[in-house]
Amino acid sequence: MTRPWLTAALSAALAIALWQALVTLTGMPRFILPGPGLVAKTLWTSRALIAEHAVITMIEVLVGLALGAILGGMTAIGLAASPMARSLIRPMMVFSQAIPVFALAPVLTLWLGYGLWSKVAMALLIIYFPVTSAFFDALMRTPKGWLDLARVMGASPRRIMWHIRVPAGLPGFASGLRLAAVYAPIGAIIGEWVGASKGLGYLMLLANGRAKIDLMFAALIVLAIFTLILHAAVDRACRKWLD
Amino acid sequence: MSGVPGLSLSGTARIDGQMLFGPLDISAPAGRWTCLLGPSGVGKTTLLRLIAGIEDVAVLDGAVSASDSAPLPGRIALMAQSDLLMPWLNVIDNVMLGARLRGAAPDRARAQGVLERVGLASHAAKHPDTLSGGERQRAALARTLMEDRAVVLLDEPFSALDARTRAEMQDLAADLLQDRTVLMVTHDPGEAIRLGHQVLLLTERGCEAIPLPDTAPPRAVDDAQALAAQGALLSRLMVKA
Repeated sequence: MTRPWLTAALSAALAIALWQALVTLTGMPRFILPGPGLVAKTLWTSRALIAEHAVITMIEVLVGLALGAILGGMTAIGLAASPMARSLIRPMMVFSQAIPVFALAPVLTLWLGYGLWSKVAMALLIIYFPVTSAFFDALMRTPKGWLDLARVMGASPRRIMWHIRVPAGLPGFASGLRLAAVYAPIGAIIGEWVGASKGLGYLMLLANGRAKIDLMFAALIVLAIFTLILHAAVDRACRKWLD
Repeated sequence: MSGVPGLSLSGTARIDGQMLFGPLDISAPAGRWTCLLGPSGVGKTTLLRLIAGIEDVAVLDGAVSASDSAPLPGRIALMAQSDLLMPWLNVIDNVMLGARLRGAAPDRARAQGVLERVGLASHAAKHPDTLSGGERQRAALARTLMEDRAVVLLDEPFSALDARTRAEMQDLAADLLQDRTVLMVTHDPGEAIRLGHQVLLLTERGCEAIPLPDTAPPRAVDDAQALAAQGALLSRLMVKA
């Protein structure tokens, strides 16, 4: 496709048409399934309210993403550098993935409170593993020829890590970050559902409880668009600096 | 370059107790090119890796030594079939990789000089993915020269190049690496005969020296004696074990 934005716009138009068709054909009441027109109208009339909550969610996501990238990156390097760390920490990491993040959300709220940090922790928790895992795998796949060359040149393991393995593994780190850009908002929203007084997740829950399904959809669309933009931005940054 | 040592390797190499080669006694005279030929799987690359001190799988029951008895680590440079250029570094930074890896200050002026000698002076700022296969191998040769080591190990460095580029690279390497102790693994009888002061054939039965023309390497591509030696060597290779 020569014009990706054109096909994206067509795809969005098709989705909206299907949505409208579903509303028209089933005749569902607006408090069960509002049509795209009503949601667009609510999006406009409640823009101040939605924006206020959206800013909170965005901050949670961005802080979570930044911390997850830093912690995940450092963990991956630590694991790749030390066989001892691998044998001790990797089983723990895999085990931690067997625990549903949802189940941890109430505890995190208990420990970190209703504010920003329990949501940041949730976002971080959900992206930590994919970031670490993608970067670690890439660090362990450094072409053997490069490592041999570096050894013959008299490089220490530490310098091999910084000058060969890390730069060679950055594309793997980038693919972890691309996943993280999509997962981080999910984490923040889960955190907001469990206990919050601000944020898009809180707004959705509130709107749902008051049968303002149009407002819930409007908040959902804003969240989806934010996630798409975040993913595109991370993808661009990765292409520029990491790939 | 002062104190170029000869090399020798003697002993038996095993992988998990299974014999790979040996007992062997191979030596590469100081300041000369030794070419090592042999069928795949006979352990040529392993032999090179044992000398370089980077072999992790095979174990040598024997010794690798330099004729001056000084330790070899730090006196060896390696050039492989794959150019092993780092795609995130430009050509000159690739050439100075060794210094960077040892935490030393890179000598940019010397690197530029080395690039001139291999004919890549105008490519210093380019990234490897914009170079042709031949240019990439020139950059790898420049990196090898930059290391300025007495002993140079070459593992089929020109085998992926087209015939003309390969012949040019052979002449260039022979010129720039003269007076160093070079041990080159190759699959190409023609290459071995062109470049070797000594050509060794490694087979399951052991190692034997191949007779060479009286002329000095690098021998011309159309040197009649060299072509005859190449033919004889190829026939020798085709004899079943």
